[in-house]
Amino acid sequence: MNQQNERLRRTMMFVPGNNPAMVKDAGIFGADSIMFDLEDAVAMTEKDAARYLVFEALQTIDYGNAELVVRINGLDTPYYENDIKAMVKAGIDVIRLPKVESAEMMHTLEKLVADAEKNFDREVGTTKLMAAIESAKGVVHANEIAAASKRMIGIALSAEDYTTDMKTHRYPDGQELLYARNVILHAARAAGIAAFDTVFTNMDDEAGFYRETELIHQLGFDGKSLVNPRQIAMVNKVYQPTKQEIEKAQNVIAAIEEARLKGSGVISMNGQMVDRPVVLRAQRVMNLANAANLVDAEGNYIEK
Amino acid sequence: MEIKKSALAGTLESSDVQILLSPATDGITIDLQSDVKKQFGDQIEETIKKVLLSYKIENVHVKVVDKGALDMVIKARTITAVQRALDIVDEPQWEVL
Repeated sequence: MNQQNERLRRTMMFVPGNNPAMVKDAGIFGADSIMFDLEDAVAMTEKDAARYLVFEALQTIDYGNAELVVRINGLDTPYYENDIKAMVKAGIDVIRLPKVESAEMMHTLEKLVADAEKNFDREVGTTKLMAAIESAKGVVHANEIAAASKRMIGIALSAEDYTTDMKTHRYPDGQELLYARNVILHAARAAGIAAFDTVFTNMDDEAGFYRETELIHQLGFDGKSLVNPRQIAMVNKVYQPTKQEIEKAQNVIAAIEEARLKGSGVISMNGQMVDRPVVLRAQRVMNLANAANLVDAEGNYIEK
Repeated sequence: MEIKKSALAGTLESSDVQILLSPATDGITIDLQSDVKKQFGDQIEETIKKVLLSYKIENVHVKVVDKGALDMVIKARTITAVQRALDIVDEPQWEVL
């Protein structure tokens, strides 16, 4: 119920796992989640090198409040099991599995993660999981994947592989992703986890990036996977509430407080009852406003 | 443990370090190239020796080209080079990490 404590996941920034300069600086851009990539961004011959670089970085570098995620290599690769062991030992927050097509793939991962937690004296259950959906089969099974484990924190759409699987490619208007986006979003919401939209790789098309981000914000996605730190501020701008939204949310929060002080279970504002969805939305707006530094400690809008 | 073969890890990009291990019989010798050798040379060598010791490697020649790597990068690249030289990339020694 308390959405105030809900973790914001507007931005999940990809960081190539074998690049020391980028791994070292990953924390300075203010991404909500940092995703170290051991998969596509790393050459086959350097998989071991990336694994130890990310491992050592996780031991030594302070990434602040960012949620730390690692994209491991797929189930069908020889790197999969050692990636899991190294990342669990390093105490990563979340393991992101690529190319997920069934709940069973998440169960297999969960078992290996639990084994590694026992071996390396980590508390069992502390390593969270997320799935990337990259195929028609994955979309069709999105519901069972999202609900595959108590460790699940989110599912993400990965559009490059998905559109290829669908015998199409990406278009500026995003029509080809409409079904997948809605399916993934519903699967995530039904399972009570986060939904992440795909990356947008054309850094020269700023208008296209805003169009896509506004669309996924409107649909209800928590956020987006990103390939460039420059995109973080752009996503945050789309997700930041307006002054009007903040003031309305503040009134709702004040009404909740008033009801609490009176010991009343019913929240009312201007003589009208405030419904639970309105309360939840208000809390979410204040959460986003806080993250965007738009309000002071009391929750008042800061005029710019 | 004996180094079975030469092995290389890391790149010459900025913030990285390249480490080349070669079999030897006369203890640990380190040949270090670094712009910050004067200030950090001892520390870099110390980090590398620590990793070698944790794998019980007593004879090896190490050629190091440092491009301003942090300590954690030097450690990670040394671990990678050692695992490659010992031919245990697929069965790493987890207790060393």
